[in-house]
Amino acid sequence: MTSAPHIAVIGGGSTGTGIARDLAMRGLDVTLVEQGNLTHGTTGRMHGLLHSGGRYAVSDQASAEECIEENRVLRDIASHCVEMTGGLFVKRPEDSEEYFQKKLSGCEACGIPAEVISGEEARKMEPHLATDIDKAISVPDGAVDPFRLVVANAASAQEHGARIETHSKVTDLLVEDGEVVGVEVEHDSGTGERVHGRTGGTEEIRTDYVVNATGAWAGRIGDMAGLDIEVRPSKGVMTIMNVRQVDTVINRCKPKGDADIIVPHETTAILGTTDEEVDDPEDYPEKQWEVDMMIDTLKELVPMLDEARTIRSFWGVRPLYEPPDVGSDDPTDITRDYFLLDHEERDSLGGMVSIVGGKFTTYRMMGEEISDHVCGKFGIDADCRTADVPLPGSEDFTVLRDYMDEFGLQSPIGRRSVERLGSRAEEVLQTDGPNPVVCGCEGVTRAEIQDAIEGSGSDLNAVRLRTRASMGNCQGGFCCHRMANELHTEYDESTTRAAWDELLQERWKGQRHALWGEQLSQAMLNYALQATTQNRDNDPAEDDSIDFAAFDSGPEDVEVVSDASVAADGGYDGN
Amino acid sequence: MSRWCRTRASPPTEGTMAIESEVLVIGGGLGGLTSALAAARAGADVRLVSYKQSTLRNASGLVDILGYTPDGDGPLTDPYAAIPALPAAHPYSTVGVSTVRDAMALFDDVVPDYRGSHTDTNALVPTHGGTLKPTARYPAGASAGLASDERDVLLVGLESMVDFDADRAAEHLEAAGVPFDVRGVTTSFPGDLRADAKITRYAKLLDTDGEVSVKGRKRPVRAALAERVGRGLAGEQRVGFPAILGDDNATEIREELGDRLGADVFEVPMGPPSLPGLRLEDALFDALRRAGASIETGNPVAEFDGDDRIEQVYIEKNGAKIPNSADQYVLATGGLVGKGVESDRGGVYEPVFDCHVPHAEDRYDWFDTDVFGDHEFARFGVQTDDDLRPTQADGSAEFENLRAAGAVLGGYDFAAEKSGSGVSIATGYAAGRSAAQEAQ
Ligand SMILES: Cc1cc2nc3c(=O)[nH]c(=O)nc-3n(C[C@H](O)[C@H](O)[C@H](O)COP(=O)(O)OP(=O)(O)OC[C@H]3O[C@@H](n4cnc5c(N)ncnc54)[C@H](O)[C@@H]3O)c2cc1C
Ligand SMILES: Cc1cc2nc3c(=O)[nH]c(=O)nc-3n(C[C@H](O)[C@H](O)[C@H](O)COP(=O)(O)OP(=O)(O)OC[C@H]3O[C@@H](n4cnc5c(N)ncnc54)[C@H](O)[C@@H]3O)c2cc1C
Repeated sequence: MTSAPHIAVIGGGSTGTGIARDLAMRGLDVTLVEQGNLTHGTTGRMHGLLHSGGRYAVSDQASAEECIEENRVLRDIASHCVEMTGGLFVKRPEDSEEYFQKKLSGCEACGIPAEVISGEEARKMEPHLATDIDKAISVPDGAVDPFRLVVANAASAQEHGARIETHSKVTDLLVEDGEVVGVEVEHDSGTGERVHGRTGGTEEIRTDYVVNATGAWAGRIGDMAGLDIEVRPSKGVMTIMNVRQVDTVINRCKPKGDADIIVPHETTAILGTTDEEVDDPEDYPEKQWEVDMMIDTLKELVPMLDEARTIRSFWGVRPLYEPPDVGSDDPTDITRDYFLLDHEERDSLGGMVSIVGGKFTTYRMMGEEISDHVCGKFGIDADCRTADVPLPGSEDFTVLRDYMDEFGLQSPIGRRSVERLGSRAEEVLQTDGPNPVVCGCEGVTRAEIQDAIEGSGSDLNAVRLRTRASMGNCQGGFCCHRMANELHTEYDESTTRAAWDELLQERWKGQRHALWGEQLSQAMLNYALQATTQNRDNDPAEDDSIDFAAFDSGPEDVEVVSDASVAADGGYDGN
Repeated sequence: MSRWCRTRASPPTEGTMAIESEVLVIGGGLGGLTSALAAARAGADVRLVSYKQSTLRNASGLVDILGYTPDGDGPLTDPYAAIPALPAAHPYSTVGVSTVRDAMALFDDVVPDYRGSHTDTNALVPTHGGTLKPTARYPAGASAGLASDERDVLLVGLESMVDFDADRAAEHLEAAGVPFDVRGVTTSFPGDLRADAKITRYAKLLDTDGEVSVKGRKRPVRAALAERVGRGLAGEQRVGFPAILGDDNATEIREELGDRLGADVFEVPMGPPSLPGLRLEDALFDALRRAGASIETGNPVAEFDGDDRIEQVYIEKNGAKIPNSADQYVLATGGLVGKGVESDRGGVYEPVFDCHVPHAEDRYDWFDTDVFGDHEFARFGVQTDDDLRPTQADGSAEFENLRAAGAVLGGYDFAAEKSGSGVSIATGYAAGRSAAQEAQ
C-alpha cells in the first residue's frame, strides 16, 4: 500500500472519538462522522462516574479490573476532565452484611484500593448522609466530564490529521463484491463545522475499512448491509440537583438496584439510575415515576434530597450487547463488557468491524483493542500511545494557578475557567478586549465562548457542551440571548436567530422533569424574560405583515431636542 | 435613600396590640401598590406590607395591557377592543373593560414619567433582543424609540455589556421591516469600569456625572460618552442606548446626551436588574407615601387567624410574630415569580391563606413540550368571584373579606398575551376600590 489506509469511524461518542485519536496517532488516515454534535448519543447522557470498578467487584470482576486500570490512566492523561472525588459504598442497617463483605473482598481481588470506615467517619466526610448508615467502603471513584473528554479526544485526532465531521449522518454502507468499501453520508450543512442554514449535501466517502462505533445504534448500521447486530438498548434516568449535596460519590452497597448512586458533578449532584430495556434508542417513554423514584429512594441515603431543588432530568440508553446464545431476560443481567465483532469472520462481509457494549470509563481500552485489530488487518506495526500522551488541555496541569493571576480572573470564575480549559487556558483567555462573564451560573467568560464558537461554528448547543454555558441553575434563562450575541458578527442575524431558538428549545427539553418548586418559579421567570421582555415567542421579524403606521408613533407633544443649530456643530465638544 | 428599606412605622416587637388599618394590602408589587393607592384615594386608611423586592426588578418597565389574544392573534393595535372577547376566567373579564380604563387613568395620574396615555393604540417598542413588542405605556425614556416613528435610528452597544449587541439588534429590527434605517455601533464606555461592572454602577456614574479618565484627561462621563457616540453618528435623529442611563437623574441625563448629540435619546428596555422597572417601583412607592398609607417592607406575612373571615395576620420579623388586623385584606403576593404561588411535587398552592389553586393532577400536564407552547403553569393562580374574592373549588368565597389582585390570579398567561402589568394594575385598582368601599 502506498499511502496510509483510510478508515471511516462512525459515531462521535467516547468510543468513536477514542478510536479516531488512537488510529490517527498511529498514522492512519481517519474520517470520523457523527450524525449530531459530538456526544450526541449515550456519551452525552450518562452519569459522569469514573468507575473505580467497585460497582462490578462482585458481579463482573473482569469489568472491574478494566475499570480500575483505566481509572488510573484517565487520571493521568485527562486530568482536566476528571475530579477525584473518591467514592463510598454505604450500608444501611437493612442491607446485607454478607454482601458488604463480598464487596470488600471483591475489590481486593480486583486490585481496587478499598477501606472500611465507620458510619461516623463516613458522616464526617459527608455530613448529609443519613444518621443510621452503619458503615461504608471507600474506593477511588471519581467524576468525569464526558463533553470535555470527547472534545479533547477529537481535538487530538484532528491534530494528528483526522477529519471530524459532525452533523453528518451515515445513510448507507457502500458494499462491493462482498466487502464494505465506504459510507454514504448526508451532511446537515456542508462539510466542516456546522453553520445554520447552510445547505448540506450527500457525500460518498470511500475507505479501506469502516469502524462502526455507534453504540445503541449499531444494529441500524448493521441493517444497512443486512447484518444482525443484537444490541439491546437499556434506558436509565438521571436527575440533576441544583447544588452538591455530597462531594463524594455515594453508592448503596446492595446487589443490583435502581436509584443507588449519587455523583457530584461540577456544581451539581446527579442521582441515578434505572435499567430498563427499550426498543428504539431515540424514542422511549420518559416518566415522572422514574424521577420520583430517584428522590424517594436516594433520600434513604441523603435525607435532605427530599426537599432539595432539582434542575432537570435526562435519560440515556446503554448500548448493551449480548452474544446471541445467552438470552438474559433482565437487562441488569446483561454483561457490561464490550465486544468486537469482526464481520468478516462473523458474517463473511469484509471491510468492517463493530464495537458494542462497554462503558465510558473503558473507552480508551476499547479504542486500543479496535485500533490493534484495524492495524492488524493492514499489517501495520504501530504502538498504541493513548495511555501515555496527555490529551490537549491536560498536558501540564500544575501551571493553572499562575494563569489565574495572569488573566486577572476573579475566583471562582477564574478557577472554573482554568479548570475547564486546563493547559489551553493561556491560549484561550489571552484576548485584547474586555472579557465579561456571559454565563453567570457556570462562570463562563466571553473568551471561552468565542473559543468554542471557533471550534463548533454557529451551533450554540455545541458551544454549550464545550463550555457548560447555560447549564447551571437558571438553565439559560439569563444567558441564551447573550450566547447568541456572541455569535454576531461572525454569523449574520438570521443564522444567529436560528441558533438562539434552537438553544432555547434544547434548554427547555430537559427541565420538564424538574418543574416544581424553585425550578418551576425559575421556568416562569425564564419564560417571562424570553416571551414578555423580548417577545421571542411572537417575533415580528418572522411575520412580515406588520402595519407599522397602525401603531402608536409617540405623543405629539414630545419635546424634540434635534434643532438645527445643535445638530450643526454635532452638539458635543468633540476633538 | 436605600431602595429596600422603607419601614415607616416601627411596630412593637412584642406582639401585644395588633397594628390596625381599614385595608391591609399584602404584597408591594404593581398589583399591591395600585390596590393600596386605589383604596387610599377612595378614602380608606391603608397599610401595605411586603416581603421582598417585587417582580418589577425583573420586568422591563413597560406596561402592557394586551398585545396578543390567548389564541396568539396579534400584535393587537387596540387592546381595549379585544378585552370583551376574552374567556370568562380571564381577570380582565372579571373586572370589565371600563374598570381597566379607570385603572389606567389612575396609573397615568400617579406616574408622570410614562407615555402612551394619548391614545388607545398599542406602541411597538424595540427590545434588547432586537424584537419588537406591543405595549400600552412606556417610560418617557423609551418614547423616542418607537418603531412607528419613521426617523432613522442609531443603536449604541457597549463592549462589555453582554446583554445587548447593538449591531445584531439593528439587523433584527430591519428583518422585522421597520419603516426607518437602523444601524448599530459598539463602543467602550469611557473610563475603566471592570468588564463585569453592574448596570447600577454605570447608572450611578451617569447620575453623578462623575469624572472619568480618557486618554489621561479627566472628563465628566456624560460629555465623554456623547463624544464617543457622536463620532459614529451619521445623521440619525434618534440614538438608542441600553437602559443604563441613570437611576435618580434619568431625564436629565437623557436630555444632556440628546443636546450634545443633536438627536433624541432613548433607552432600550433590558433584563434584570431592570432600571426602568425599579424606577417605576420608586414612583409608585412615592405616590403611595404621599397618599398617606402606612408601608412596611422586608418581612413576610406568615400566618393568619380566622375562618370565614380573616381576623388578623401575622408578620414574621426576627423570629417574632407581629399581628396586623384590618377590616378588609388584599392578597397581592405575585405569581410563581413573586412567590405568591408555590408548588412541590404534589401540587400547586397559595402559601399564605392556602386559597385553592386549580391545577392538573399530573405535573407533566403543567407544561407543553415546546418552549413557547401552551403552558398551564403560566396560568396558575387563584380563581375568584366577580368581586375578586378567591374562591374554593366549589366556587364559594374562601374568606368574605379577602380579595386578590395581580399575578397571584390565575387564568391568564401574561407572558404570551403581553398583559402582565395591565392585569396587575386593573385588578389591583378594582380590589383596592372595592375593599375601601366595604371597609367604610
Ligand atoms: C444511564 C446511563 C448511565 C451511565 N453512566 C455511566 C457512568 O457513570 N460511567 C461510565 O463509565 N459509563 C456509564 N454509562 C455507559 C456509557 O455512557 C456508554 O457506555 C458510553 O458512553 C457509550 O459510548 P459510545 O461512544 O459507544 O456510544 P454513543 O455515545 O451512543 O455514541 C454513538 C454515536 O453514534 C452516532 N450515530 C448513530 N447512528 C449514526 C449514523 N447513522 N451516522 C452517524 N452517526 C451515528 C450517535 O449519534 C452517537 O453519538 C452509562 C450509560 C447510561 C445509559
Ligand atoms: C421577567 C419579567 C418581565 C416582564 N415584563 C413585562 C413587561 O414588559 N410588560 C408588562 O406589562 N409586564 C411584564 N411583566 C409582568 C409584570 O411585571 C408582573 O405581572 C407584575 O409586576 C406582577 O405584579 P404583582 O404585584 O402582581 O406581583 P409581584 O411584583 O410579584 O409582587 C408581589 C410582592 O408580594 C411580596 N410577597 C410575596 N409573598 C409575601 C408574603 N407572604 N408577605 C408579604 N409580601 C409577600 C413579594 O415579595 C413581592 O414584593 C414581566 C414579568 C417578568 C417576570
